[in-house]
Amino acid sequence: MTTVNVEVTPLPGIGVRKDFAIRNGRRVGVVTHRDGQIELIVSKSDDPDACLASLPLTADEAGALANLLGAPQLVAQLTEEHREVPGIITKQLPIKANGPFDGRTLGDTAMRTRTGVSVVAVMRAGQVHPSPNPDFTFTAGDVIVAVGTSEGLEGAMKILKNG
Amino acid sequence: MDHTALSLIELGAVFFVLGVLGRLAGKIGLSPIPLYLLGGLAFGSGGLIPLQDIGDFTHLASEIGVVLLLLLLGLEYSAAELFTGLKRSWTAGLLDIVLNAAPGAAVALLLGWGPIGALVMAGVTYISSSGIIAKVLGDLGRLGNRETPVVLSILVFEDLAMALYLPILTALLGGVSFLGGLEAVGISLLVITVVLVIALRYGRYVSAIVDSDDREVFLLKVLGAALLVAGLASAMQVSAAVGAFLLGIAVSGSTAHNATRLLEPLRDLFAAVFFVVFGLNTNPASIPPVLGWAVLLAVLTSLTKVATGWWAARRQGLGKLGRARAGAALVARGEFSIVIAGLAVSAGAVVDQLAALATAYVLLMAILGPIAARVVEPLAKGLQRRRGHGHEPATSRAS
Repeated sequence: MTTVNVEVTPLPGIGVRKDFAIRNGRRVGVVTHRDGQIELIVSKSDDPDACLASLPLTADEAGALANLLGAPQLVAQLTEEHREVPGIITKQLPIKANGPFDGRTLGDTAMRTRTGVSVVAVMRAGQVHPSPNPDFTFTAGDVIVAVGTSEGLEGAMKILKNG
Repeated sequence: MDHTALSLIELGAVFFVLGVLGRLAGKIGLSPIPLYLLGGLAFGSGGLIPLQDIGDFTHLASEIGVVLLLLLLGLEYSAAELFTGLKRSWTAGLLDIVLNAAPGAAVALLLGWGPIGALVMAGVTYISSSGIIAKVLGDLGRLGNRETPVVLSILVFEDLAMALYLPILTALLGGVSFLGGLEAVGISLLVITVVLVIALRYGRYVSAIVDSDDREVFLLKVLGAALLVAGLASAMQVSAAVGAFLLGIAVSGSTAHNATRLLEPLRDLFAAVFFVVFGLNTNPASIPPVLGWAVLLAVLTSLTKVATGWWAARRQGLGKLGRARAGAALVARGEFSIVIAGLAVSAGAVVDQLAALATAYVLLMAILGPIAARVVEPLAKGLQRRRGHGHEPATSRAS
């Protein structure tokens, strides 16, 4: 894995800008205001000093975006690690708002007993919560990273959808 | 009608009209400062509606307005930010002083206002409005741009320069001799250094004194401390405004952040009164004779600010569009130009025309600044295109 050099620039009186250049030279990053508000910034292609977009995000929105970006990474890593074991795959399963397990615990799903699938991590607001306990309470926007057979994962998806 | 009733009615009318003006300014994307000044001109002596009954109140309120303006300016930056800003931008900061103070000083000398008048006008044309600029940068979505740290560090430098300039100006306005002036410089340098060191090392203790979890207690403590320090500084001839500014720097961290949030509405209220009072004390009839000079200064100092920003941004390796944006962003002058002119006028050490010139100048620059920041990009792009497509692309950065 290549390292990414995140540049941290103080913005006196406003907050901090953290960004990095992606392969094609454009910058992407965030401006964190002192009151905690986050803006997603993407530089223009024809003028690398300026921003094409500067999107204010709430904490929830930033967390959801971080999950979208972070979960596939974790899945790819786990898939790589389980390559020697044939038939085992890794999948991300989202917890939907007002779904059957929004606000309930991992134990309530009885995932392991019913499908043989193990939940290896939960992504929440861009943070990885590894090996969650049965009393780990889900909230909408969480992404479950589960490992199992393809039938087992099929079943796990149905459980999360229908309860 | 008795005196109190009349005062309440007049004050209510003033605030209400200011509210309407502020809303109007917001609708057309302008800073409300020029409209407040115009409001003051309309109310005041020689204006449409003279107000006599609320003089005592507005005088004190406008003083509190200055204290709060400077206190919140100090709260905005931590001592660490001031130091890094100083280290990063001192060359650009010096160029800024030379280029932008000179036009004001030169015009004052040409008009025969003497060395003190020149010092005042130098300050008026030098200091950019950090309030207007921060708002415009946010509104235009430029906080993530590369030129923004350049602009902000120049503003930080200007604020430090103010901390030096204000005590000197206060001493000179008070009529001290050249030696006395030097003494004032020495004292203010010493005081500023001590405050910065205290803020850097022991900022949390200063914060702990004013901090409280209770909003009401916190508000009273912060406001009380600010007025106490300002009053003491004023008694020591160091200028009330600088006292408040230094207190703001010494308070740091989350305390500073909470204090800003709590005091912002109060600052807006009292600063509005300050602008109105400044307008009130300026006779509208004295503006037309100096209008030509104001326009000349506006053109000159717009160009010099653009040059300052351009140069500073080029040193950071920015492209031409970024340099132009940095320059144009700095053009706005506002609250602090009026603070400086206000100090001079209330000391009575300068001619009345100076207030008129400062008013006309800030009216122009507070309107021109945000417009310049907006139009600079299409304008610069148009110029580039006319010089031939791809002649020299904006992406001339090395990294």
